[in-house]
Parts: sequence; structure tokens; C-alpha cells
Amino acid sequence: MDYVVILLLQIGSAVASLVLLSIGLAVIFGMMRVINLAHGEFLMLGGYAAITAYNKGVNLWIAMLVVAPLTVGLFGALVERLVIRHLYGRLIDTMLATWGLSLAMIGFVTVVFGNTVSGISAPLGSLSIGGYRTGRYEIFLIGVAALLLVAGWLVLRYTRLGLIARGTMQNSAMAAALGTNPSAVYAVTFAVGAALTGLAGGLLVPLSGVVPTIGAAYIAKAFITVISGGAAILSGTAIAAALLGAINTLTTFAFTSVLGEVALLAAAVVLLRLLPQGITGRFFRRAL
Amino acid sequence: MSRVASHLGNVVVLIGGLGALFGLPALAETYLIINATIFAAFAILALSLALIWGYAGILCFGQAAFFGLGGYTYAVAAINFGETTSAAALAILLPTIFAALLGYFMFWGRISDVYLGVITLTVSLILYRFVNQTAGEQWNIGDAPLGGFNGIPATPILNWPGRPGDQLAPENIFSLTVGLLLIAYFGCKILLATRFGRIIVAIRENETRAELLGYDVRLYKLAIFMIGGALAALSGLLFANSVFVSPTMFSLPVSGQIIIWVIIGGLGTLIGPLIGCILMQVLTNQLGTLNQVKGFAWVDPNLVLGVLLVVFVLLVPRGLTGLATDAWRWLAGLTRRRSPAAAQAVQERTSNP
Repeated sequence: MDYVVILLLQIGSAVASLVLLSIGLAVIFGMMRVINLAHGEFLMLGGYAAITAYNKGVNLWIAMLVVAPLTVGLFGALVERLVIRHLYGRLIDTMLATWGLSLAMIGFVTVVFGNTVSGISAPLGSLSIGGYRTGRYEIFLIGVAALLLVAGWLVLRYTRLGLIARGTMQNSAMAAALGTNPSAVYAVTFAVGAALTGLAGGLLVPLSGVVPTIGAAYIAKAFITVISGGAAILSGTAIAAALLGAINTLTTFAFTSVLGEVALLAAAVVLLRLLPQGITGRFFRRAL
Repeated sequence: MSRVASHLGNVVVLIGGLGALFGLPALAETYLIINATIFAAFAILALSLALIWGYAGILCFGQAAFFGLGGYTYAVAAINFGETTSAAALAILLPTIFAALLGYFMFWGRISDVYLGVITLTVSLILYRFVNQTAGEQWNIGDAPLGGFNGIPATPILNWPGRPGDQLAPENIFSLTVGLLLIAYFGCKILLATRFGRIIVAIRENETRAELLGYDVRLYKLAIFMIGGALAALSGLLFANSVFVSPTMFSLPVSGQIIIWVIIGGLGTLIGPLIGCILMQVLTNQLGTLNQVKGFAWVDPNLVLGVLLVVFVLLVPRGLTGLATDAWRWLAGLTRRRSPAAAQAVQERTSNP
């Protein structure tokens, strides 16, 4: 019984971290069709923002929940204005430019912070269930992931802002004719996506620490989750994260963590062979 | 004129290649020869992506996967077999089969360009992480330890076919690499001039139209993808002979570098990526040295490469060969404007686009 609970918690935690890793990417890719290959480095930047603020004496929660998303959101807005804006509609070029950005960010952060691992110890202590122990912080992350999904759904579904965003993504010319400014909508969307990524980066620091090259460890998982999810950015990401997170955790329990990642990738490749448009390209097509 | 330029390019490559082939071993020191071998091996890698991206339109972010697989297969097989000729053959064969499998999933799944890029990237990342943790006894393949993070420092050097134990000297490896580079370059040229090559380019230009004309697009894409995989594997095998195999062969910076070479040299040409590759190798080497000097610690190779890539994508999307072609046209226009008839021709062309 205890074992089952702990296993379920582990799966929940894996799913939550996949949701956190990929939600910013889902917003940027799903809504704007921009492949942001610097996504991993946005996460890394969020991590460094949180650590730097924390070491300067800022409260840990403020550092993770406020400083990290703000920093990366501002950075994202800057990047959108300087680089991405010139490349809309040129998918491959955006990919290449953001790759260049990712290399430049790795280089820059290495120069500033050095090529060493920094971290914060996980807050909230641990929780025992029968003979097993797990971190309370991981349960907190499950809550945050769920909250983000629900909040995102509410914003897209019920606010004027969400309506404008969805309209612009569906048909920007029509939205412009109705009086919105697509350029501004894109800029805001990109900044929001970047801020969500920064938040995730900050929140993941206590679990995995941060090095300049940590983006490479995140980016594959994030992309696989978003692409397997398909067109519906929120429900697609959630379903794909649930599926892949479960596969990852179960394989990790049965074998090793590396095999868990290999299984995650293999599952995603097979999934894309069966459903090239992603899960929500076939099922739940009207979901958000 | 472009035909003249293309022939000129062929002649330049041939003379440069043959010159390096015979000149360098006689003149240079061993250190320089080994460095030049690495450059030439990387040039084959650049060629592999130039072929499948520039001509078939398949943006593969994971050429490093085939590169690394080629190197590792060679090292493991050579240690187990005790001789290297069959190991070298296996090192090309295995990654090609892997490319076939991966290509089957991607092309028969009809995944769009962008997803394809992401999947190939993911595959090479996973291979990197997998190989990185293979330290320890349980990961030995036969007599060959995979060595995890450290790779296989004792990667055997190629021996003469049929004479195990009689290893090639660095000069021989260099000649072999440059020779294979020349063969690969002109092989690609010839391949692209055949019916197969024309269909590949047709698919790049308009996939639907090619399909409606009755060509099985998936099959052609798979074939060119496998050729690209084989070339990358060849490059990995030669690289393993001049350095040794380690997990970095699979890493993101390697995949990224190849793309940067192609973009900077010029997409859609074969010569451009070769030039881009050599230039960037020299530049990274210089930056790496400069980086160690006091006061220049901010010159991080990643930083410079990244900024360079962004600048090229934004401002010089056609790369150095594109720039060179424009410059050539401009010069030709200048000289021709002297004669009145030509000036008139130019005027007609500009007024009738």
C-alpha cells in the first residue's frame, strides 16, 4: 500500500516536472508556431535568477516565484523585439536563430557564473509514508503544475485577453482587421511563455541545481512533451506529460533512470509514428 | 556564368585537395597533420549535412548521432576483432541501418520538417546521455569497455587491410581522410547530377508536386537520409582515428557546429559548408587559445559561435557563398557596364523583371 502511494507520488512528481518544463514552450510553440530552441537556456536563466536573488538575501519563495519569471519574461520580451520579430513565418530560421541564442546564453552564463553546479537545498522538509520518505517540495510542485494548467485554461477561455490571443493565433489578418495589434499580441505571448519558463527554471533549482549547460538536459523532454501533445496547448501538454511521465517513472523504477529516459523517447517516437499530429490532433480536438 | 563559376569551384577543390594530399605530409609537422586530419574529417561531416539539408531539405539536428555511432562502432569492433578493416566496414554499416530505422519512423510518419528537427535532436541527446553513463564493467561489449564519460582512449588506429598490427602512420591517416573527402565531395556532385539527385532536389522544391508526378517521396528521402548517415559515420570513423571516441561526439555542440558550418558557408551548396567548416574550425581553435589568455576570458567559444549564428541567420541568410556570388555578379556588372550593348541588356533586364 505504502509502496503504491509512493509510486503514485513519484509519477505525479514526474508528470508535474514535465508540465513545468514544457508549459512555456507550449505557449510559445503552440500559439505562435515559433520553435524556441533556447527554451532550455531560458529555464537555466530562470534558475540562475532565482539563485542569484536568493544569495543576495531575497526570500527563497520570492526568488523562485517572482524574480525568476520576471527576469526571464523581460529577457524574452527583449529577444522577441530584437530577433524573433524579424523571423515570423520562417520556422527553420527561427529555429536556427534561437539555437544561436542558446549557444550565446550558455557562453555568456559560463563567463559570468563559471562552469560549476550551484543549487539551493529543497525547502519544506520531507514526508514519511509508511517506511518510505518523499520531499514535501515535490508535492508542492504537483500543486503548482496543476494550478498553472487551470489558470492558463481560465485565462484563455474566459478573459478578453485570452480571446484576443486565441483569435490572433488562429487568423492574425482577421484579428488585425477587427482592431487588435498582432505584433503586440505576439510580443506579449512570447514574454508570457518566457516568464512561465523562467518560473519553471526557478522552481526546479532545489531539485536539480543549475549549470550553464543544464538546458540540454531539459530541452529534449520539453519538446517531446509539447509535440506529442499536439495542437491543444494546455490539455495536449497535460495528457502527453501524464503519459510520458508515467512511462518514464515506471521504467526508472523497474530499471535505471537512463533507461527511463530512453523509454520516454522511444514512446514519443512511436507515438508520433501513430499520431503524427500529436494526441490532440486525433482526440479531444476541440480542447484548449 | 554560374556554370563557369561551378567548374571553377570544382577545379579549386581538386587542386586544393590534391595539394593538401601531397604537399602537407611532406612539409608539415605531425601536430599540424593531425589537426588537418581532424579538419578534413569534420569537412566530411559538413558535407553530409550539406547534402541532406541543402539538397533534400531535411534539416537533421542530429547528424552527431551518426557521427558518434560511427566512431563508437569502429572502436568497439576494432578492439574485439583485433583488426580494423571489417571494423571500419561495420562502422559505416551500423549507423546507416540506424539512419534507415529512424528515417522509416520519420518519413513514413510524415512528420513535418520542424518535428523532424526536434526528433533527430532528441535522439542524439538521448544517445549522448546513454553513452555518458556507461562507465563500469556491466557496459563492456566483448573486450571493449564503453568507458562512460571518458570514452575509449585506447581507440585502435586503422591498420593496412589484411595486415593486423601494421598501423597507419598519421601521414597515411591524413592522406586517407583527405582522399575520402575528395571522393565524397565529387561523389555527392555526381550523385546530384543523376536522375536520383534531380528527384531529390525536386522533392525539396515541392514535395506534393513530386509525389503527384508519381515518385515515392518517402523512399527517396529515406535513401538520401541514409547516405547522409553513412557520410557522417565515415567522418566519425576518421575522427576516431585522429583523436579517440568519447561521448562528446554525440553532444549538442557537435550537432550545432555542423549546422553553423552549413549556414555560414551557404545552404544549398556543397563547397560552402566545406569552407564554413574549415573557417569555423580555425576560428574555434583560435578562440579556445585566446580564451585562456588573461583579460580575454569573456571570449567564450560558445558565445561567439552563438552570436555569429544569429547574425548570419538575420543578415546573411545565404551564407558566405551567397555573399561571394553577389559580389561576383556586382563585379561582373561593373566591368560589363563599360560596353554600351551590355549596359542596355542590363537595363532591359531590370525594367522587365
